[in-house]
Amino acid sequence: MSPNESIVQGGGNFPPTRWSVIAAARSDDPAERTRALDVLFAAYWKPVYKYIRLKFSKPPEEAQDLTQGFFAELLERDLLSRFEPKKSRLRTYIRLCADSFVLNQIKHAGRQKRGGDAVHLALDFSAAEGELHAQAIDPASIPSEENFEEFFEKEWIRSLFAAAVRKFREFCASGAKTSAFNLFEAYDLAEDDPPSYAQLAQMHALSVADVTNQLAWARREFRRLAKEELRALCSTDEEFAGESRTLFGGKA
Amino acid sequence: MDFLSDKAVARLREAEAPPDFSATRYILREFLARGGMGAVYLAQDQLLDRRVAIKILDAADPDGALAERLTKEARVLAQLEHPGIVPVHDAGTLPDGRVFYVMKFVEGARLDQFLAGVPFLPERLRFFLRVCEAVSFAHSRGILHRDLKPGNVMIGAFGEVLVMDWGLAKFLSTSSTENSEAATVRVASLPNAIESGEHQTAGTQDGTVMGTPGFMSPEQASAKSSDVDERSDIFSLGKLLEFTATLAANRNPIRTPRALQAICDKAAAPDAALRYGKVAALAEDVSRFLDNVPVSAYRENFLERAVRFYHRYQAAILLIAMYLLMRTLFVIYSRH
Repeated sequence: MSPNESIVQGGGNFPPTRWSVIAAARSDDPAERTRALDVLFAAYWKPVYKYIRLKFSKPPEEAQDLTQGFFAELLERDLLSRFEPKKSRLRTYIRLCADSFVLNQIKHAGRQKRGGDAVHLALDFSAAEGELHAQAIDPASIPSEENFEEFFEKEWIRSLFAAAVRKFREFCASGAKTSAFNLFEAYDLAEDDPPSYAQLAQMHALSVADVTNQLAWARREFRRLAKEELRALCSTDEEFAGESRTLFGGKA
Repeated sequence: MDFLSDKAVARLREAEAPPDFSATRYILREFLARGGMGAVYLAQDQLLDRRVAIKILDAADPDGALAERLTKEARVLAQLEHPGIVPVHDAGTLPDGRVFYVMKFVEGARLDQFLAGVPFLPERLRFFLRVCEAVSFAHSRGILHRDLKPGNVMIGAFGEVLVMDWGLAKFLSTSSTENSEAATVRVASLPNAIESGEHQTAGTQDGTVMGTPGFMSPEQASAKSSDVDERSDIFSLGKLLEFTATLAANRNPIRTPRALQAICDKAAAPDAALRYGKVAALAEDVSRFLDNVPVSAYRENFLERAVRFYHRYQAAILLIAMYLLMRTLFVIYSRH
């Protein structure tokens, strides 16, 4: 980088797309509805599964049935059409729906078990279970009775970021930016404490300034993609602004 | 990598495109650190062709209170022209509304990192005395630091000692409105503060708790801002002195001499009335300890006085003893 080059680039704060799962889920077009539900389920199934596992202390098999059953009910009873953005955020609505569904199931334990012959989603529960075990290593990450709401929020953020990371990886691969993704993965996605910029520079045979620049670009693009994901999951600009603050603080 | 650890998620939430300085004379080079309300970047001043550090607000600031505080920090620094206090060069506001200020870029290590490589107590104490000089100067200008801790002291490449992060500074002469300033809780746990140099910013409440546990005076911890005066900084200096004295080169605590421990205890007494009244008095006691003369904080017994006397006049005592021994041998030899 020459001395006159800046690592700073302009960039809009709002994603260009205004496509929303809620609007699409209410669409008359079946393909649009399916797409909306795919996005919604992809973002929420892991948080819902982990939430049911921990909050209701359900064993894996039962939690899997309940998760499948919950999403089936979401479809069958068209619960998304009852969502009112003015009253709550979508993730709060889904969490409360999950609460209500599980409590109902517990209350009527003798009734037909859900998820068996209804809609069945192909969900990788073993991966979600593995994540729960990985988290359980740290006792501080196990929520207490009072903060399951926080736990759900945390898992929702994790799920949303994971989706954005997947998109970012594809984006980098398609644009020959694998070097930037590798740096991003080594630093920002490091499981524990990341290496220093100097160490990264040495490992990747780059200058520290190049590492700084590439990471700055990678973070900017990651944020853009994460906001696109988020925008799709929000029904209004107000909800998006609020959720954006939840994700990125006041810097949104 | 599909599963993101808690640390990775936290990092991604913090991940931010750098602020746009294209309308200024500065070019951002490298992200350096993030504190409770601001991020610090290494930048190049194109006009003067030198490296500078820029601190910019990057926390949520719906009511502008943090912007005001960052501006105040810049003003405080501008008033404190002292070799032990990092100088501020410039300040401004970006087109996106975020305030920033530009200061000297200090290359060096934080005190806690630096001390790990300084094995001798007297040398470590001399660095502490330089911190006292800077704080004493600030007090003479009517300014309290309120967040003195190892992470906020930098030792430069040439041994210069700089007291950093005046974000919690308070003007002593300010009115009661200043005392009830925007209520923000800034609390950092000691290990985090030392390891990362960062604060946590928590919620808002009526009382204003400002400082770092482990180094924050009881009156600061109880949010009684009206009780906070120079002695609150002296409390923090007492804790800093204890840290300086006990952190050995291998980072394992070592035993502190009694007189020095007494100085630490007096400076960091829970009751402000029992502490040193001025930083200069604390520094004077530490200097006396270094010079092997009695300190005001500790009454030593006869044996300790004798040992100290011996240490202080060791060369002279050994010379006299040698002379007497030679003289005795000479007398004995003469008689034979």
